[in-house]
Amino acid sequence: MANRHQGEVRFGEQLSARGQLLRSALTSGPSILWVTVFLLLPLVGVGVISFLTRGEAGGYELPLTFGNYTRFAGWGFFGYDLLYPQIILRSIVLGAGTALLCMLAALPLAFFIAALPGRYKNLALTLVLIPFWTNLLIRTYAWQILLAPESWITRAVALVGLIEPGTPLYPSAFAIYIGMVCDYLPFIVLPLYSSVEKIDWSIAEAASDLGADGKRVFWHAILPQVMPGLVAGVILVLIPAMGQFVIPDLLGGAKTVMLGNAIQQQFGPSRDWPFGSAIAFLGMGVVLASLWFYARYAGEKGGEII
Amino acid sequence: MRRPSFPLWLVSGFLYVFMYAPIVVVIVFSFNVAKHGGPWTGFTTEWYQQLLRPAYSIASELKVVEYREHIKQLELRTLFNKISEILLQPRNDKWSAAINTGILAFASTILATALGTMLGYGLSRYWFPGKKLFSLLMYIPVVIPDIVMAVAMLSFYAMVRDWLGLFELGMTTMIIAHITFQIPFVAIVVRSRLAGMDPAIEEAAHDLGASSWQTFWHVTFPLMLPGVLAGAMLAFTLSLDDFVVSFFTTGPGATTLPILIYSSVKRGITPDINALSTLIVLASVIGTLGVTLLQRPAKPSGG
Repeated sequence: MANRHQGEVRFGEQLSARGQLLRSALTSGPSILWVTVFLLLPLVGVGVISFLTRGEAGGYELPLTFGNYTRFAGWGFFGYDLLYPQIILRSIVLGAGTALLCMLAALPLAFFIAALPGRYKNLALTLVLIPFWTNLLIRTYAWQILLAPESWITRAVALVGLIEPGTPLYPSAFAIYIGMVCDYLPFIVLPLYSSVEKIDWSIAEAASDLGADGKRVFWHAILPQVMPGLVAGVILVLIPAMGQFVIPDLLGGAKTVMLGNAIQQQFGPSRDWPFGSAIAFLGMGVVLASLWFYARYAGEKGGEII
Repeated sequence: MRRPSFPLWLVSGFLYVFMYAPIVVVIVFSFNVAKHGGPWTGFTTEWYQQLLRPAYSIASELKVVEYREHIKQLELRTLFNKISEILLQPRNDKWSAAINTGILAFASTILATALGTMLGYGLSRYWFPGKKLFSLLMYIPVVIPDIVMAVAMLSFYAMVRDWLGLFELGMTTMIIAHITFQIPFVAIVVRSRLAGMDPAIEEAAHDLGASSWQTFWHVTFPLMLPGVLAGAMLAFTLSLDDFVVSFFTTGPGATTLPILIYSSVKRGITPDINALSTLIVLASVIGTLGVTLLQRPAKPSGG
């Protein structure tokens, strides 16, 4: 590999392998060192701590153990308990559910924006960008007001008879989903919209000229063209959604603990860092493995995400 | 393509209402009289007056500084000290949180922009052994969940503190943490800007006898500057918005606005927090509109 880069003229100059290395060290070097020291090594550290035992007053100490992982898989102090396997499953369902709902909402919205005439298109896009850049914490806690027992929404739902009058809609799994979809919708609309803008409509016309009905035109002539944007958007939603801790914390109750809350719990009030590290390390493993899988199999066809 | 159909208008309209409902409700309830939150009881601007009171007193204190005298006698250092003392003087928890957020965002953005630009340039131009692996590893902060990054940094700081006595949790640890997640974002933006540039321009500079440094400084850097600025703006916003990483890497006395909002909301939503949030929302709206207008390519009207 090294030979290919030696003596090659790039950007008008010829550099030896040593020259390339020196320039890399001067430009990329400081950042690589920074990220390695302050993030990559700490992540390895989390991996190590996850195999240690919790100390008397918090902290961690020897001996090495697999206990944190078996506890996570369900074998706790009091026999087999489904608590943590349920948390994993709930987080995956929440992430996938949020991504699916966001996708269903983003499809009409992206086509709507793309179909608007020039000036209104910019306005409609800016209106998606504003929530995108607005603090997530603020947009999340606002749902506590919107779903409180005395709000119009809650009273309307009670009037229809879905809930008892005077009961709040939060904390609940429903409130978490509302908050999640509301917060992450812009993340998927933006990449999807840029794919919709690039659609070659003559393919759709050809399909309908050849006798395909509206449904088939959408499935076979339009959807494949927006796949790169859709996949990128789903990944942008799925990863942060699975690790979310603020939204479930503010809109869910004790029954709706997610992976993120479990990590926060162990590093915060419970002071069981080794166990918290095991959860964090597994969570990171799942994310990196799914990204690698995507890059390996789907990424070859679809566009790049990063 | 056809104009949007009526059902599409209806669905999209509903989705816009859905996205804006939380923002609107925060703004509306920031004018609520009820001190401890709850249902609407009446209109007041009391909470904004409370929030902006420190600004009034700062303005009146800044007015009495004798600028002319100091400048005439070239006591610039004294002048600077006086002004920063007035600005940084603790006034109330919200004001200090705003100051902390500002210091954190500016300090981390400046350093991360410098480091990230160098990384983006280096990775797109020069080769080194293991480059492929390292350029993937550099993107880890972009893809791992915030909370994992936050607890990794927290345990690292705790370990270093136990061994070396360094890194007491506070503003410094928070700035270091923010720089770490900002670097790859800046590098991505700078790299994509460099990828869109025509290599012939730099080749021409070399052919005409410019040295590597001259080519970089007079040709490459001015061309990549928009990417650097866009990266800096992204880094700044990421820092302002961050809650999770700050929450885990901060210490007593270094509260930021998101942390303040989170801990207040946990105790119950009050109109003064809504007023504070409204001002933050207003700042993001102005920022978004500003960036959108700046990025708009200059073209004749009607196009």
